[in-house]
Amino acid sequence: MGMTMTQKILATHAGLPSVKAGDLIEAKLDLVLGNDVTTPVAVSVFDQAGFTGIFDKDRIAIVLDHYTPCKDIKSAQLCKTAREFAHRFGITHLYDVGQVGIEHALLPEKGLVGPGDCVIGADSHTCTYGALGAFSTGVGSTDMAAGMAVGENWFKVPPAIRVTLTGTLPPYVSGKDVILHLIGRIGVDGALYKSLEFSGEGVKALSMDDRFTIANMAIEAGAKNGIFPVDEKTVEYVTGRMSRPWTAYEADADAEYESEVVIDLSRLEPTVSLPHLPSNTRTVSEVRGMPVDQVVIGSCTNGRISDMRVAASILQGHRVADGVRCIVIPATQEVSRQCLREGLTEIFLDAGCAFSTPTCGPCLGGHMGCMAEGERAVATTNRNFVGRMGHTESEVILASPAVAAASAVKGALASPADLD
Amino acid sequence: MVTGKVFKYGDNVDTDVIIPARYLNAPSPEELAKHCMEDIDAAFAPTVKKGDIMVGGWNFGCGSSREHAPIAIQASGVECVIAASFARIFYRNAINIGFPILECPEAAEAIRNGDTVSVDYDTGAITDETTGAKFQAVAFPAFINNIISHGGLLAYLKSRQNG
Ligand code: SF4
Repeated sequence: MGMTMTQKILATHAGLPSVKAGDLIEAKLDLVLGNDVTTPVAVSVFDQAGFTGIFDKDRIAIVLDHYTPCKDIKSAQLCKTAREFAHRFGITHLYDVGQVGIEHALLPEKGLVGPGDCVIGADSHTCTYGALGAFSTGVGSTDMAAGMAVGENWFKVPPAIRVTLTGTLPPYVSGKDVILHLIGRIGVDGALYKSLEFSGEGVKALSMDDRFTIANMAIEAGAKNGIFPVDEKTVEYVTGRMSRPWTAYEADADAEYESEVVIDLSRLEPTVSLPHLPSNTRTVSEVRGMPVDQVVIGSCTNGRISDMRVAASILQGHRVADGVRCIVIPATQEVSRQCLREGLTEIFLDAGCAFSTPTCGPCLGGHMGCMAEGERAVATTNRNFVGRMGHTESEVILASPAVAAASAVKGALASPADLD
Repeated sequence: MVTGKVFKYGDNVDTDVIIPARYLNAPSPEELAKHCMEDIDAAFAPTVKKGDIMVGGWNFGCGSSREHAPIAIQASGVECVIAASFARIFYRNAINIGFPILECPEAAEAIRNGDTVSVDYDTGAITDETTGAKFQAVAFPAFINNIISHGGLLAYLKSRQNG
């Protein structure tokens, strides 16, 4: 029996000729990631166990992105703990205010992850790097501590669901609409323990940014990881960024899949997830007009340059509706700089948006846009659980940057076509 | 081999039910244990005894990646959890802190609250001593058994490093 792409990567990193779903293996790690929330916990586990060294100072990334620039004393203490740990061991990839970006946008941009890698991160959206053809998955803080100490960890080899994409996306429909549509179809535990392996003709037409958005939200379907095949676009993306060698893996022709989902991209419409589950999806045409208090454009899901471009193209020549707060947060310093270069920042400011330094901020109700009781946001983020962006009686509607920007102008849930 | 009295719960027992977020700021295991399951079973924490067994349905431990959830159950005295299935990060976290968990849909369905159950970790055999019914969970491979018997992933890795 052949192996899926994920299984091949795991087999190689475990030094085994082959693996099958359900096998427990120990695999070598190419990168271990933590942030300002999870690293301090890992540090205390690491120290308690009595470890005095790390496996490789160049293969650990500590990204202080969640509550930075520090919103309060507690978050300042957390950052201090993480920073001191990085200094203690000379960890090269410490990203602090001024260089920091949201981890899952930053690591690919800096070339720290690439095709064929095996990566763990103490953050559930670590699955984002599957867009590059890597196996990457979110874990707990003990896992991060173990990974930092010995450069390996254990895994249960997952079975896979094949997601076959056909056709090409219509205008104003993006990767976000694809993944929301998929989660709506299979549910928040539709891929529990499993890999979502994307394939088919439709993949070629998706930009890297679309693929990052799709892989990012694999966890919202319960998946262990989401993964894309490596093609010319992937190679173009990693060339000039990655300084170490990478490997493109392909699923075997006789790889076993538990099930298959086929999505015709050309038939998708702008899609949103209503409160309070990512699987609660509707097309915008079904629910347009719901009043909105806040719009957030950013996060590890949709804070990349193409997201900024789409949002700016819709906001250009318009004003954010009275009574709506529109907060734009580029995911990294590089995206921020690019917004300046291309004149996007000016468009956002002219339209009446707040334009922020990179941070997770409101995505997890941290800072930079928490909501009061009864308020509703349209956000390009990835989770709309109860209380995710503030008060337990506030609501988050998940949407693409195009829908978010159009909603900011209309003051109500809207599709970009509504502005024409 | 362990034998204990069963506390049984349903499907989708989430990490907020196991240990509500409001207690996460005082994370000593003993403190967490005092509040374990309190939102769905206030009688659990006061009555659970060392060596008891928890049984759950599908998707046990879903929700956040907090390690406090398996820590709270373990610190309450529960010896192991048997469930139809576990949420992925809970499964990892439990093993990583050295807390045995077994997947067995048949046992999870048939075993009743209050039954006395025995579990053999080496073979994965589960026996409901009250009804006499026998079930077979997949036994832990030697590797996972090793982590659990060392008391967790970090202790296991440390001993290997020293070894
Ligand atoms: S942007 Fe949101 S989902 Fe992404 S890493 Fe930050 S808090 Fe998590």
